[in-house]
Amino acid sequence: MANGLFEKGAITGIGETAYTRGSGKSDIALQMEASLKAIADAGLKPTDIDGVIPYAAGAAVAEDFITNFKLPDLRFSATTPLGGASCVAAIQAAMSAVAAGLANHVLIPIGRNGYSGARIGSRVQQMPQFRVVGEYEMPLGTLAPAQLYAHMARRHMEMYGTKSEQFGKIAMTVRNHAAMNDNALRQEAMTLEDHQASRMIADPLRLFDCSLESDGGAAVIVSASERAKDMASKPAYIMGVGEGHPDSPSTITQRDDMTTLGTAKAAPRAFEMAGITHKDIDVAEIYDCFTYIVLCQLEDLGFCAKGEGGDFVASTNFAFDGDLPLNTHGGLLSQAHIVGMNHVVELVKQLRGTAGAAQVKDAEIGLVTGYGDMGDGTVAIMRA
Amino acid sequence: MEMERLYPLPNPNSQPYWDGLRERRLMLQQCGECGTIRHYPRPVCDHCFSMEVEWVEATRRGTVHSWSESHHPFHPSFKADLPTMFVTVDLEEDVRLVGILRDPEVTLRVGLPVEVRFEDAADGAFSIPILVADRSGGS
Repeated sequence: MANGLFEKGAITGIGETAYTRGSGKSDIALQMEASLKAIADAGLKPTDIDGVIPYAAGAAVAEDFITNFKLPDLRFSATTPLGGASCVAAIQAAMSAVAAGLANHVLIPIGRNGYSGARIGSRVQQMPQFRVVGEYEMPLGTLAPAQLYAHMARRHMEMYGTKSEQFGKIAMTVRNHAAMNDNALRQEAMTLEDHQASRMIADPLRLFDCSLESDGGAAVIVSASERAKDMASKPAYIMGVGEGHPDSPSTITQRDDMTTLGTAKAAPRAFEMAGITHKDIDVAEIYDCFTYIVLCQLEDLGFCAKGEGGDFVASTNFAFDGDLPLNTHGGLLSQAHIVGMNHVVELVKQLRGTAGAAQVKDAEIGLVTGYGDMGDGTVAIMRA
Repeated sequence: MEMERLYPLPNPNSQPYWDGLRERRLMLQQCGECGTIRHYPRPVCDHCFSMEVEWVEATRRGTVHSWSESHHPFHPSFKADLPTMFVTVDLEEDVRLVGILRDPEVTLRVGLPVEVRFEDAADGAFSIPILVADRSGGS
């Protein structure tokens, strides 16, 4: 069982809507549009879909896909309620389903109006995953992810000497990649001075440390590997997956070590399943809701030791033609916040060799992560 | 869009904590079997898995673990209070608490001794913990 789900499934279809601020479409319509594109990309018909994993905190449920696509026999459905770690967690769940023969083609859609739709309020406070911070922290006025996560970043800075300029390097690198992507919201150049001059949101996190609020949809299809090789698009075989929950998963402030994410538990499982080392990674699409969360994941993924993230960021070239190409699409920071499904789509493009101007030369093996809900971490490793 | 103010949503597990804040007492759950203190309030002791609960009054003393100063108005009902310094504190009872710093003179650092005090919020609808530097001596 050492190799677990190794290459039991592959991503056979990808789809994205335009990423905008003001889609004029419903959340469900965004999901259906992205899903139809992914299905077409895989060379399938909508009625071939026999598994679906809707976004747990989203508008659509599995029944919406049965209704819209007239699915004759949906045999597998699940949700993976891990916030921004959900999309990669859904890949693990889909892999389990296709490996067990429960389904052949599992659709994983996401889509929402994160800019033009509803914002933080009492509805969020009462969602089960936020119930604990909802009762004890939100009534004080600390309710948004930037505010809650800033305690982790400050602790990291105080314990390890991490600097805001190191966060800035991540923001600038990712912005440069967005500028090479036609479907990215922010394309103007960003200098370190721009980053340092951007207004403080929740100290130490500045505006340019924060991801975008945006509208859009993205979807992928996970198929059983034995079917993948005969499908329309080049499959991305999934070598390893992992899901990890941090200690004190519901509240950062109660966590013994608030500088360690669930990623630290997920990553060793994913690398062991894949049978590769960090040196084999040609491209990394790392969930970037905030710059600090990228730095922390680089540690928890094992690219450097805990506490060395600042120096690692300072000394590594993350450009598409650099040492460790990072968020080659522009990420949540500068492309769009599509809850990390845009990271999964980009990794598949990189492994197909269709990533456009920011294509990493000879990309054969890549990694994608998810992160969310106060510290859950997920990792998937794929190959061309 | 009309934004409601966020109120605590106490349940039977947590009501004594909120009642304590109103009475200017910091109350913590203690396991009725093994004596382990836990926070935030919840039904089961993660040390011995007992559901027997007692409540004890904390010393209100602790040290700074981390902090964040909020500048952006994420919610209109908190806008007038910005910037707001939220501090995570390691209490003497070996649990953590989040409070608002009401001590403009102090420069925060990890390990700084602080004292928990209390403040009414939302026109007195409930009370919250606030923090000042502990100038009583010690470290």
